[in-house]
Amino acid sequence: MSKMWLITRREYLTRVRNKTFLLSTFLLPVVFILFIAGAVLIQLKTKTHNRIAVIDANGFFSDYLKGDSALTFDFSPGIDSLNYEQHGCSAVLIIPKLANSGKTECRLKYKKALGLEQSSALDDRIHDAVTDHMIYEQTTVSRAKLDSIRQESDITHVSSFEDSGPTARASSQTSAYIIGYVSGILIYLLTFIYGAAVMRGVMEEKTNRIAEVMVSSVRPFELMWGKITGIGAVGLTQFLLWVVLLGAIGFIAQAVIPHDTLSNLPTNGPMSGGAAAATAAIKAQSSGFNFSHFIINTNMGLIVFCFLFYFIGGYLFYSALFAAVGSAVNEDPQEAQSLMLPITLPVVFSFVIMTVVVQDPSGPLATWASIIPFSSPIVMMARIPAGVPGTVPYWQLGLSMALLVLGFLGTTWLAGKIYRIGILMYGKKPSWKIMWKWAFRSN
Amino acid sequence: MPILEVTDLQKNFATQIAVNKLSFQLDQGSIFGLLGPNGAGKTTLIRMITGIFYPDEGSIRFQGQPFDPARHIIQIGYMPEERGLYKKMKIGEQALYLARLKGLSSQDAMRKVKEWFIKFEMQSWWNKKVEDLSKGMQQKLQFVITVLHEPKLIILDEPFSGLDPVNSNLIKDEIYKLARNGSSIIFSTHRMEQVEEICDHIILMNKGEKILDGSVPGVKQQFKENLFAVGVEGAANPGDNGWKPESPAFEVVGERDSQWIVKISEGYRSNDVLRYFIDNGKGITAFTEILPSLNDIFIRLVEGTPLARQFQAVKSSI
Repeated sequence: MSKMWLITRREYLTRVRNKTFLLSTFLLPVVFILFIAGAVLIQLKTKTHNRIAVIDANGFFSDYLKGDSALTFDFSPGIDSLNYEQHGCSAVLIIPKLANSGKTECRLKYKKALGLEQSSALDDRIHDAVTDHMIYEQTTVSRAKLDSIRQESDITHVSSFEDSGPTARASSQTSAYIIGYVSGILIYLLTFIYGAAVMRGVMEEKTNRIAEVMVSSVRPFELMWGKITGIGAVGLTQFLLWVVLLGAIGFIAQAVIPHDTLSNLPTNGPMSGGAAAATAAIKAQSSGFNFSHFIINTNMGLIVFCFLFYFIGGYLFYSALFAAVGSAVNEDPQEAQSLMLPITLPVVFSFVIMTVVVQDPSGPLATWASIIPFSSPIVMMARIPAGVPGTVPYWQLGLSMALLVLGFLGTTWLAGKIYRIGILMYGKKPSWKIMWKWAFRSN
Repeated sequence: MPILEVTDLQKNFATQIAVNKLSFQLDQGSIFGLLGPNGAGKTTLIRMITGIFYPDEGSIRFQGQPFDPARHIIQIGYMPEERGLYKKMKIGEQALYLARLKGLSSQDAMRKVKEWFIKFEMQSWWNKKVEDLSKGMQQKLQFVITVLHEPKLIILDEPFSGLDPVNSNLIKDEIYKLARNGSSIIFSTHRMEQVEEICDHIILMNKGEKILDGSVPGVKQQFKENLFAVGVEGAANPGDNGWKPESPAFEVVGERDSQWIVKISEGYRSNDVLRYFIDNGKGITAFTEILPSLNDIFIRLVEGTPLARQFQAVKSSI
């Protein structure tokens, strides 16, 4: 058995047997689910209702402006911009006499803001009211007819198909968005969690003064590489366990939670990142979106393969750099912080790019960020679910993968040079200039 | 055939030469003392011998062949001064792991570890973690790990630091035993009395260069100052009765433990001293040559040089 394998095995076993590993593996999915459930529940229960007083100079809005569960309108006479609060309204809308040409400005006065969603809904309502009024006034269509047309005309639905030569494959923007987003977040998190674990492991060896004992038995590169692969294997194990656990929890949730609750979930609410994606996923699953159909029609195999490839590639690319930093610093975690910054910045930056790329997977930013190895692991995973070779041509995928492989060979080589010297150095923290010398000095 | 031949070995760091044109030989079964003040280049030299650093110039031959770390490292056991263990790992597992990294098969590793644990009465430690051990216990474990794969060359950097006299003797005995069984030992330390006791051969390094090389008695002879202690009958204190020896053959330089300390003059021999005392009717009770201790030689040789070069500062600018 090779020495590197022994090191990998030790790194893997000591971590997997650790209580922290078991706790984080089994608790994290539970915490994650509780977090999403909590976010969704809060959304459902605390939906605010706004009552808006309207002062209309035209006289027809009371007939056309329609309220709903979130927004209602109060046309009581005697309400003005001073006493609307006494009438139980949260805002007052002043609609002046509409001009025959040009835009007329309606004013909304409030103490408590309506929020983005309701403001835009209010805008739409006013617009609809004006349209309805005009149709009724200027054509012979009756009110009743107009209302029924509005209801009956909602009979179309857009399905998207990815054009792949002679055949077309059904695709779903929603699922591409969700898978892209979730993959991006996962790779981002795993890179950080396990990259930092590599760094801590190296620091531990250095501060425990075992580094020199080790490098008199194995080459420093083997020691570093064994650690990286061992911890990477822990990452994969944990990830697979999460997939299994989340799958099981999802399965149970579907069986237990009533279908209605799921279909009522809001999708476009102003929620942040993961919660939005997760809610969308739950809703998509329950509101007519057939997940099994999706699995058959989307190239799930390719997505899984690419996820594993980019996870491993990204992890190797960054963990080597984390190892180099770990070898250069001493006990003080503060020192590590400052040296880590140049490594964490590109990762965080990739994450930001990823959030843009899931919305627009074909733009130039998406293309380049998914090819350059610094950002490709996170960004490419946001694009692949949108379609290969449609959105992501084969040459881009190939180039991105090849560059990532070259990239991690490069960072590993570089890190190995720094590691070899750094791990035996104690005392002053080296500067970047000194580490650069370690890396490029011929011996 | 010498087990290790080092020829013109050189290692440069950015601002200084850490090891400068150093050559020596190490015979099989010998215990070799590598001495020198802090920053003399001992650790750098050892790191080159263990394949951690590559020399810039010169050559190392191991058992007559050019030294190849990948192949020869298995035959070397190195206990560095900066030593440590995985704190959270159990002692037994750790010993097995490190033994296997030295190339032992899992059965061999298990057998050897058990053997040494019994020898050092460490069996009960097997499931303990390193952090639960005292410093001395860790030291013993470290020694076991270093020698357990029966290396041909054992390099021990300050092996007795932190050990009580009982455990020091235990390890000392093992060192002798290993040497008797054909292992060669390089022993690096500042503790001269231990070197005198244990080593057959020493080299003294200063500022990266070898300034002394030889067997322990040979070195002492080389630095002897022709001093003898002479004890004569009937004198509790030789100067008390008013008589003081005077002769062109020697000069009295002091008195110690009821004995005259004399320095023999150029061109005379010890017999001339004895003859003088006999001719003067003094009964001689003792006549011993006073050889310098290694400590004296060490201090004399490195005196006047800054003992601790600012090695740390140099290290970090490599």
